[in-house]
Amino acid sequence: MTSIALKNVSKRYGAHEVIPGLDLEIEAGELVVFVGPSGCGKSTLLRLIAGLEDVSSGQLLIDGRDATRLPPAQRGLSMVFQSYALYPHMSVRDNIAFPLKMARRSKSVIERKVNDAARVLNLQEYLDRKPRELSGGQRQRVAIGRAIVREPVAFLFDEPLSNLDAALRVNMRMEIAGLHQQLGATMIYVTHDQVEAMTLADRIVVLNAGRVEQVGTPLELYRSPATLFVAGFIGSPRMNLLGGFEARQYGAATIGIRPEHVALSSSEGRWRGKVSLAEHLGSDTFVYVDVDGLGTITVRTTGDVDVRPGDSLWVTPEETCLHRFDEHGRAIRQGPPQRH
Amino acid sequence: MASIHSRATARLMLSPAVILLLVWMAAPLVMTLWYSLHDYQLLMPRGNPFLGLENYAYFLSDPGFLQSIGNTFMLVMGVLLITVVCGVGLALLLDQPMYGRGVVRVLVVAPFFVMPTVSALVWKNMFMNPVNGLFAWMAQMFGADAIDWLAQVPLLSLTLIVAWGWLPFATLILLTALQSLDTEQKEAAEMDGANAWARFLHITLPHLSRAITVVILIQTIFLLSLFAEIFVTTNGGPGTQSSNLAYLVYSHALLRFDVGSASAGGVIAVVAANILALLLMRLVGKSLEV
Repeated sequence: MTSIALKNVSKRYGAHEVIPGLDLEIEAGELVVFVGPSGCGKSTLLRLIAGLEDVSSGQLLIDGRDATRLPPAQRGLSMVFQSYALYPHMSVRDNIAFPLKMARRSKSVIERKVNDAARVLNLQEYLDRKPRELSGGQRQRVAIGRAIVREPVAFLFDEPLSNLDAALRVNMRMEIAGLHQQLGATMIYVTHDQVEAMTLADRIVVLNAGRVEQVGTPLELYRSPATLFVAGFIGSPRMNLLGGFEARQYGAATIGIRPEHVALSSSEGRWRGKVSLAEHLGSDTFVYVDVDGLGTITVRTTGDVDVRPGDSLWVTPEETCLHRFDEHGRAIRQGPPQRH
Repeated sequence: MASIHSRATARLMLSPAVILLLVWMAAPLVMTLWYSLHDYQLLMPRGNPFLGLENYAYFLSDPGFLQSIGNTFMLVMGVLLITVVCGVGLALLLDQPMYGRGVVRVLVVAPFFVMPTVSALVWKNMFMNPVNGLFAWMAQMFGADAIDWLAQVPLLSLTLIVAWGWLPFATLILLTALQSLDTEQKEAAEMDGANAWARFLHITLPHLSRAITVVILIQTIFLLSLFAEIFVTTNGGPGTQSSNLAYLVYSHALLRFDVGSASAGGVIAVVAANILALLLMRLVGKSLEV
């Protein structure tokens, strides 16, 4: 169990600043997810921690010890890559054994650890196959097996599920969560998929343009986003964000309301609009209502409502659930949201 | 669409290419076989009586024959060794990010554009010449005696000249193979605690094995019939010290004007080349089946 701390860490490529100085504490045994849109610096941040990129300035502490200039192998971290990065000419057994061979462990130790890892990951039958003979999910497991056998102080995952199909992704997500509980190891997980982040994380770090927008548990982020960016990024379907007159009524530059906090009515309400699309998911229905002067309002409602495109409806936000943001995109927290 | 009709059409469409190949390849081969079984000497126009296998016996008993087989083997192996080892090294260097990489890459490829006769003459007259050559001048700078490369070590000199010409080819193929190596694999190996040498041994070299096989197979085909470099530098000499099989065939055909024995030599060369190709495929062909 290992804590990782970044102190004012920055990364520049020439004059281009990818990460402009960032502080972050990751506690021992925590599963932290870095999430953000592509190009936000989350992968770079992970590679800085791994040691695959050099830190331009600042300090990286692993378990309280300075690891800023340590070569990757000596940091004791394991990484699972997006492409799995399996060695194609080696069998599954040799792939998993590779880090142990490099560490010059004895044959019997290697044998035992590889078999242990194979058992944990259900890979026993495939040990003598080559990676190309495996399915995507199995390759993913081999990559995780290779990470486990080293008994690293922490695991780093770089978008490990993005090459899998949707059903397999859900399965592997559960397996990774299970693995985290089983090993109790510190894990850092990078993804651009906010659903993955919400379901896996103990804490989520939302990154935007190399800056930390907010750090918190999934529900903290969902219930009280600190910035406009987090509000728009976390949650599916997206939070409705309104500016202009409606926002000024609440003393804010922008107001946000989650789709589940908007009520639909056919007779009365705050705004009147026309349904442009209704997505019936069975358990829920997402209704997209075009309101004149406001744009499209997304409403999440029960699965049994009968709305069709073209219907004329009233939508009403639940005032106590409004999020208010100032002109810099920061959340306004003082006082309940009240219409003036 | 795989009906009898469409297959017949496909055959019809293929036939011009097949016929052309047959005429171009089979006809010369059959003629060579025919000549090799008959007495056909340009200096003695006395008809072409059937000789059976006498031409073969004559060629095989040529005092230079065994040496030419050995020379062919040494030349092919020597050039392969130099081009593959140095090619891997150069490819690794050229793969590194550096200033002016594009220009350097073009320069490295340049020798491949120099025709064999020209490069051999340049080497012979400007580098290996014992009086005016650069190597002789360098040797004299250190007070050593100049080496008459082409007279004292003809086979080694030829190997060097030919290797120089083929090095860009090997480098180019290996460089492209190197660039297709997934960087995440290298990084994964780095994370796994492999140092630079271990990464080269366990990741890069296995990745290059297919490209190396291609280099070996293609170069072997061309090196077996090496001729121009020998012709313009040593003329197969001194004696037959630098004659390979192709040069021996040439000497029978166009120095002794004995078409019959030269044809027999040609057939022997074809058989030998096929045996070698078979051996090579057994030896290194496995890495192509990926």
